[in-house]
Parts: sequence; C-alpha cells; structure tokens
Amino acid sequence: MLWLVPAFPLLGFLLLAAAGRRMGQRAVAAVGTGSVGLSALAAWWAAIDFMASPGHAAWLQALWTWMDVGGFRVTASLYLDPLAVVMMLVVASVGFLIHLYSTEFMAGDEGYGRYFAYLNLFVAAMLTLVLAGDLLLLFLGWEGVGLCSYLLIGFWYRDPANGRAARQAFIVTRAGDTGLLLGLLLLFATLGTSDIQALLAAAAGQWPIGSPLAAAAAALLLLGALGKSAQLPLHTWLPDAMAGPTPVSALIHAATMVTAGVYLLDRLHPLLILAPAVQAAVALIGAVTLVLAGISALFQHDIKRVLAYSTISQIGYMFLALGVGGWVAAIFHFMTHAFFKALLFLAAGAVIHALDGEHDIDRMGGLRRQLPLAFWSFVVGGASLAALPLVTAGFFSKDLILWQAWSTARPGLWTAGWIGALLTSLYMGRLVFRVFFGPATTPARRPFGWAMGLPLVVLGILSVVGGYVETPPFFGDVRLLSSFLGAVFPAAAEAPSGAGSELALGLLAAVAAIGGIAAAWELFRRRQRLAAAEGLLQAGWAPNWGFDFLYDRLLVLPYYFLAAVGRGDIVDAAYAALADLTRYCHRLLSRTQTGRVRWYAAGVAAGAVLFVGLGVWL
Amino acid sequence: MILLAIVALPLLAGILAWGAERFGPAAPRWLAAAALAADAALVLWLWVWPAPGTGSWVAEAIMPWMPRFGIAFHLAADGLSLLMLLLSALLGVAAVACSWTEIRERVGFFHFCLLWSLAGAMGVFLAMDLFLFFFFWEAMLVPMYFLIAIWGHERRHYAAIKFFLFTQGSGLLMLVSIVVLAIAHYRATGLLSFDYFDLLGGVFPPDVGFWLMLGFFLAFAVKLPVVPFHTWLADAHTEAPTAGSVILAGVLLKTGAYGLLRFTVPLFPAAALAFAPVAMALGVVGILYGALLAFGQHDLKRLVAYTSVSHMGFVLLGIFAWNAQALNGAVIQMLAHGLSTGALFVLVGALQERTGTRDLGHLGGLWAAAPRLSAWGLFLAVAALGLPGLGNFVGEFLVLLGTFQRYSPFAVAAALGLVGAAAYALIMVQRAFHGENRQGWQLADCNGRETAIMVALAAGIVGIGVFPQPLLATAGLALSGLQRLVGAS
Repeated sequence: MLWLVPAFPLLGFLLLAAAGRRMGQRAVAAVGTGSVGLSALAAWWAAIDFMASPGHAAWLQALWTWMDVGGFRVTASLYLDPLAVVMMLVVASVGFLIHLYSTEFMAGDEGYGRYFAYLNLFVAAMLTLVLAGDLLLLFLGWEGVGLCSYLLIGFWYRDPANGRAARQAFIVTRAGDTGLLLGLLLLFATLGTSDIQALLAAAAGQWPIGSPLAAAAAALLLLGALGKSAQLPLHTWLPDAMAGPTPVSALIHAATMVTAGVYLLDRLHPLLILAPAVQAAVALIGAVTLVLAGISALFQHDIKRVLAYSTISQIGYMFLALGVGGWVAAIFHFMTHAFFKALLFLAAGAVIHALDGEHDIDRMGGLRRQLPLAFWSFVVGGASLAALPLVTAGFFSKDLILWQAWSTARPGLWTAGWIGALLTSLYMGRLVFRVFFGPATTPARRPFGWAMGLPLVVLGILSVVGGYVETPPFFGDVRLLSSFLGAVFPAAAEAPSGAGSELALGLLAAVAAIGGIAAAWELFRRRQRLAAAEGLLQAGWAPNWGFDFLYDRLLVLPYYFLAAVGRGDIVDAAYAALADLTRYCHRLLSRTQTGRVRWYAAGVAAGAVLFVGLGVWL
Repeated sequence: MILLAIVALPLLAGILAWGAERFGPAAPRWLAAAALAADAALVLWLWVWPAPGTGSWVAEAIMPWMPRFGIAFHLAADGLSLLMLLLSALLGVAAVACSWTEIRERVGFFHFCLLWSLAGAMGVFLAMDLFLFFFFWEAMLVPMYFLIAIWGHERRHYAAIKFFLFTQGSGLLMLVSIVVLAIAHYRATGLLSFDYFDLLGGVFPPDVGFWLMLGFFLAFAVKLPVVPFHTWLADAHTEAPTAGSVILAGVLLKTGAYGLLRFTVPLFPAAALAFAPVAMALGVVGILYGALLAFGQHDLKRLVAYTSVSHMGFVLLGIFAWNAQALNGAVIQMLAHGLSTGALFVLVGALQERTGTRDLGHLGGLWAAAPRLSAWGLFLAVAALGLPGLGNFVGEFLVLLGTFQRYSPFAVAAALGLVGAAAYALIMVQRAFHGENRQGWQLADCNGRETAIMVALAAGIVGIGVFPQPLLATAGLALSGLQRLVGAS
C-alpha cells in the first residue's frame, strides 16, 4: 500500500487541475488538504507497520517496468528503509500542516485552485523522490519538485520579476541537474543497473576506495545536490525564490525540497565513501557556505531573505555533516530544521499577512503584543535555529554535527561550524528584536484564525521536543534515531576521548548561541548610533558576494547576446547569399537581352569564332 | 493487402474530399477525419494482430511494376514502420481537427493536399523498393508545397519556394544516389534491382560505399533537418497553416530520420560507422544551436520551429550512436517530438486564430484571459524541456545513455542542451502566458474540439513518458537488425 502515499496527492493534483476552476474555495481546500492528509495517514500507517516489523527489513515494491532496452532495465519501484521512513514522515506531515495553513493564508486569491494543484503535485513529486527505489524514478521526483518550485515561485505571474526569479531557480538547478543526469549515466553505463541498492552493491564490489570512476560519479551527483540544495556556488537562486507565497517558501524552500541534495548524498553515501576527495569537498563546501550565507543573512532587510540565507547556511551544516561521515547527523538536522524553519517561515507569513504584504523589517517593530502567537513562534523557532542549549531541538542536531566534525579530527571545520553558530544566533536575534521589540511602527491589521494558528503550535512543539530523539552522553544519551537508522548507515567514527570533551564542546556551542543573542540585543539597543556603520557594511555585502554579478556577466548576458545575434540564423545568410548571387547573374544575363539585332549578331559571331577557335586549337 | 489499403485510403479519401466540397465545407472535414481515423484503426489492427511473417516484419505486399528495371511495387512493415504510420494517422486527425475553423477557403482542395501529403509519407514508411520510395517521397512534398503556398501566412510564397528548393535539391541527390546504388549493385552481382532486400548487404568498393552513404545521408539530413541544412524549416513551419506545421513537424521530419534508420545505416554500415562521429557532432551542434536560436525568437511559431531543430538533433545523435538504447531512444524521441511539437503548433494556431498575432512582444498575460489554453501551453513547454514522466525525457535519456557508453564527450555536450531547453521553454511561457495582460486580450478559452485534441495528444505524451515499454518492444524488434550490423562492420 506504500504507493498510496504519493498517489493521494497526485490524485488531488489531477482533480484540481481538471476541475479546480469550477470548484468553490472550500471544495478546493478540502481536496488539496485532504489528499495530503490522507497521504500523511498512509505514511504513518506504513511507518508504524515498518517499525513493528522485526529487524526493520527494507521493503521493495516494484510497480511497473518503465523501460527495458538492450539489457538495461528500469523498474519504477518504491523502497522503504529507515532513512526513507524519516524523510517520508517529515515530508507528509509538515506538508499537511502547511497545506492547512495555506487554506487560510491564500484565501481570496484568484489562483486558489491553481495554488493547491501545484502544491499537491509538489508533495507527490517529493514523496516519489524520497521513496524511489530506482535512481531514475528518484530523478523523476527530483525534476518534478524542481518544476513545482518554478511554478510556485512564479505563482503570482503578473509581476515579471516573479517570473524572472522562477526561471532563475529552475535554470540554475537544471544546470546542477545536468551534472546529476551525467552522473546517473556514468553509473548506469558502468554498473549496468539503476536500482539503487543493486547499484550501490555493484559499486562497492567493483570500485576500490579512491577509484577515479567513483570520484567522477560522486562529483557529478554532488553538482546536482549543490543546485537543489542551494549550496555554493549554485546558491544564488534561493534568496530570489522568496518571490513565491510564504507557505511555499516554508514547504519547498526550507523544509523539504532544498534538502533533497542532502537526502541524495545520504542515500548514496557508499559512493561518497568510495570517493574520499569528493567527500572532503562536500565538507569544505558546507563549511564555506554556512559561514558566507550566515554573514549574508546579517545584512538583509527582507524578513524572508533573512530566513532564506539562514536556510542556505543550515543546509551548509548538513553538507558539513555529510562531509565528515555524520550520515545520521545530517538527517537529524534535516528533521529539526524542517520543524523550526517551517515554523519560522509560517510565522513570518503570519506577520506579512497581518501587515498586508509588508516584507521590510525596517518598517516593522513592536509586534509582540499585537501578534503574540507569531511572536512566540518566532521565539521558539529562532531559539531552536540558534541552538539554545538543552531546551531546543536545533541544539541537539547542531551539536551532533559539531561533535562529529571535531571527533573526526577536523578542527578547521569545527571552527567554521562554531562561527556559523555565532552568526546564526546573531542574525536571528537581530530579526526577532527588530520585528517584535522596540516601538510599534505599523499596526497589524488582520488577525489570523485556527487554520494558520494550529500549524504554528504543532511545529512549535516539535521544534522543542523533536531533538530528544538523539541526545549527547552528558544529557540522557538517547540514541533512538541513530539506532533506528543504524541499519542504513555505518557507525560514525568517534574519537575515543569520549564524553568529557563532548561536554566541553557542547558548552562552547552554548556560549556561541547565547553570546550571539546577547550581542544581537546590544546591537539592537544601540541601533540608532550604529545605523551609519550598518549602512556602510551593507553596501559592501548586499550584492551576494558578487555571485549574481559574475553569473550575469559571464553566462546570462553572453547567452542573451548570442541569441540576439543569432536570431536571424547566420546559416541562412549563406543561402540568402546564394539566392542573391543567382539573382545577380540573372540580372546580368537579362541585360544582354536588349532587343538590338546588331548585338545579337555580334554575340553569335563571337561565339562561333570562340568555338571554332577552341575546336581548331584543341 | 492491408498495407495497400493503408496507403490507398487517404489517397482515395483525398479525391472524394475534393469533390465533396459541393456538399458544404463540413463534408471534406468529416470525410478526411474519418478516413484518417480508419487508417489509424488499420495500423492498430496490424499492430495487435500482425500477419505471421518472417523476423521483424509484420506484413508485406508485392506486385510487379517495371520488372525490366527490377522495380516492383513492394510494401512491407515492421515495428518501426507501424509506429510511424500510427503517428502519421493520429496527427493527421489532429491536423484536420485543428483546421476546422482556421481554413475557410478551398476547403476541398485543402483536405486533398493534406491527405495526399500524408499518404505520401505513409508510402515512404512502407516502401521497400527504392524507386517506389522516391516516388512516395516526391508525392508527399508537392501537396505540402501547395498547403504552404495557398493557405500560409504573410510570407508564404517565399517559404513555399524555399521549402520546395531545399527538398527538391535533396530529392535530386537521393535519386542520383538510388540510381548509382542500383548500377553499382548491378555491376557487382549482375542483377538489376531496386528492391531493398536485394540491395541490403551489398558489398561496394569502400569509396563508392562512402559516397553513396554520403548521398543518402545528405538527402535525409535536409529533411531531418541537420544543421546547416535546417534553414528551410523555420520559414516553412512559421508560414504554413497550422495543419501544415503539424504535419511538417510531426510527420515529414520523421521521414528524414526514418530514411537514415532504414536506408543510410543498413545499406552502408561500414561507411556509416566511419562517418558516425561527424554525424553525431552535427547532432550535438543541432541540439545546442537550435536551443539557442529558439531562445532568441520573437515569433512564437518560429520559436517552436527551432525547438524542432534541437529535438531532432537528439534523433540524429541516437541513430549514429548506434546501440540498443540510443536507437530506441531515437525512435521514442521521434514519436514524442511528433506529439509534443504537433500539439504546440495546434496551440500556437489556436492563439493566432484568436489574437491575429504570433509576436511574443504583443502576447503576454494570456493566463488571465484564457487559463485553460495557457495551462496547455505550460504543459507542452514542460514536455518540450524534457521533464521526466513525459515522452521527450524517455527519448532523450535513452539517447544520452546509449551515446554515453561509446562516445561520452558527445553525451556531455548534448546534455547541455537540457539547460538550453529549459531556457527556451520557460521564456516562451513567460512571454506568452505569464506577465501582465498589457494588450487587454479578451479571448475565448479552449472549446470542446481544441480540448479534445489537447487531451488526446497529452495522453500520448504522458503515455510515452510513463509506459514506453510497449513502444520500445515494438521498435526494438525492428532495430535489433541494425545493432547486429554494427557488430559485423
């Protein structure tokens, strides 16, 4: 019955695409949210079934033969193992909450039916991605979520800027996806199968550690992951993707789709193990991304862009974890991040909703009394993001990543992570203080109802308790997640130094979290005096480290230029020249047709002489 | 005999349709649609219940014609022919349906031309005598010339003459190649024959074989089209009436690919194998160049025309990469491109009929005015950019997979075309359907007839994307002979 999990939202999409325009808003909301609700129920049912089964043996469900050519067979199949269970539950559950939230957030929009159709299609594609047992089916889900991301970023299609952001998102990720596709071709062509488990087994059997083929395949897959997960240098699309409706940002551009790259690398981690150089690159990219994006987040004025850079930075942590072999830690952080970042985006959506579409944090302030639920959501989500020790989910997952960076003897990576943690609490503190403290500037006009409130409460609770499934030795030593996922991943290498240094590192992380918030408060108090300095710094940092500028100059503009030059098709000019030449000869010859007999006689005579001469001479 | 019926039915219906004009404009339309639907049914019949034949051939019909020259009226079908016939008949129905309100003048003659052009194409897909093949080849082009020249748009005369010159040039080259091939074969064996099966497996001196292969290649390359012989296509597609564009893109381009698969490669395997890197390079150039030019166009129909150059580049690449995956991928790409581009032309035709323009600078914001029409446009754009789950992806993926195994640099370069495809497909959606409705278009949305065409073609696109296996099985049997040749040479 596993196929029901992606089938329900797909059915919802088909129904809404066919009849969404004729249905009332209540019917659309019922179909859109109901289909994902049923999918979530099916997912929980399957998950409970799975967990009850002895030994957690993976399920493989073959659906149909997709293609079978010349001995290469692609079977559309679903695969459920502990990793897929975690992903599936998070996607379906968070997806359901965000659908529920959207029913109210999008109320009255002229594209209500279209919105839920796209969103349902997204959930179907995302579930296909995480449940796929075949790499090509995974790619189908992968491209499917990319399409939905494009459609939803450009959802308000009247504004060309939204369309531009949407195209940028699709094309930048497609550039990465082309790498991914080439990686798949390499794997399929050399290993002869596209079934993920068979493929990994074959790779482990055929390739020694450090083999160039494994490195090439892993590097190409990494390209796809970088694009989808908005990591350096393919991260430029995500901040602009905030043009979409806020629940879309929460679901697609924070909780689920952008972490698909992490899932891909986690799913194919044996390949990464075979390619140590690529794995080191993953860690390095993660570390650099998390610091740079953290700095960028400090200088944003758009409430959603702060969160977008924060997402890039947090996914950087997940990449860092993958790079040091913290396979479980990456998924753990994915899960807690899905909770608290979805919460933050939904809370930001509530603020924007209440202020009639205001995004600029400089025009907000003092909202904590007017929007208490949004405020507390921000406090809880922000604390979790800043990894406030012991009481938030984010602390445990981030601490695990930092610990694993340290214990695999990579102090440089640990330092980057620690600086990132400091930056995180700094920009998060700045955001919360600016929006909710200080004098009230804009009155909140629209209160919101239970459909928007309930998801905030549920995600708020999860952002606190979601971390207690895996805790360090100095705090309970719970190992629920890692023992559940133990069947999928090899145990992370841990230094023998043990609990003592882990406690010390945990304390250092706590210092970063609390210190950052305290610093943010100090800066907030003195913001009047610091305004000039901030403006100066922003001028230097705002253009996204020059990436947008570089891509514009190196790729986008030359392509436009070539397209403009080539519009008339240069090749055709050659044929046009041939036609012109023919016409010219025609005119030349027709000019000899003058109607004067004298000329004709002369011509005939000259011709006769010429041919006779030729005849004689030859 | 069923093969003869498949070709004769549209020929006969064409004459009847011309005459039926006196009963009102609806009579030729219904007659043409019914004849093509019946044709499709015949092909399906043959697919489901093939005649017990030898090897991959499902039906054969042979009659003496000019025995003195070794020329016979020889038709035969294998899986490849069947799929192409089915595509032709179905797109034919779509072409009749999409002209229902567009064509109002000389309705009888229009349907005569349409049916005869299709009958010619079907003959091309069935002829197993090279002389007969040439006969059908010409028979399909002349009516198409009239379709463009009489019912076309503003620059129809220019486009029609260009089309005619290019195709006649290539036709002449083909005729010369056919005659030289028959003579070379006569010299080698003492048997004068134009029969495909006689000529198959012929042994020529290497340079003769190479020049003959090149002649056949160029003749089909113009039709496919291969860059740099593609420039007739943009004008012909743009200026033709909607039905003409559908048939041109959906069926006539496929005759070029079919010719390569049926004649160029099997008749001269050794020469074709030596030539393969050049052909594949041309394919890759076509993919990238077509994508770039499509991106730059202002005329919506021209944009779609250049996407054909890009998509057919994958077909060329697949044919010459020449292994099971690549060949099957090329065939799937032919079918998927036929449906998706055909549907795009129907859509553009519907837009032009409503707005009177194809200029992307004047379109825009149509989603607000005609949401269903725009949604179909979005769907087709997504199909064109090769989204997995839709037909074009299966074709492109298999071509790339097959190419990668032996010629990975070509596969890498061709894969860049996927980024280019995203660029042109999305800019098309943006400039036609998204944005603000600045011109204040007030359009009627899809009517029942248009919705029916779109649903049928979309079902085909999704079907190929999700369940391509029956098609692969049918084509695979016919293509397996080709793969054996590469081992032999």
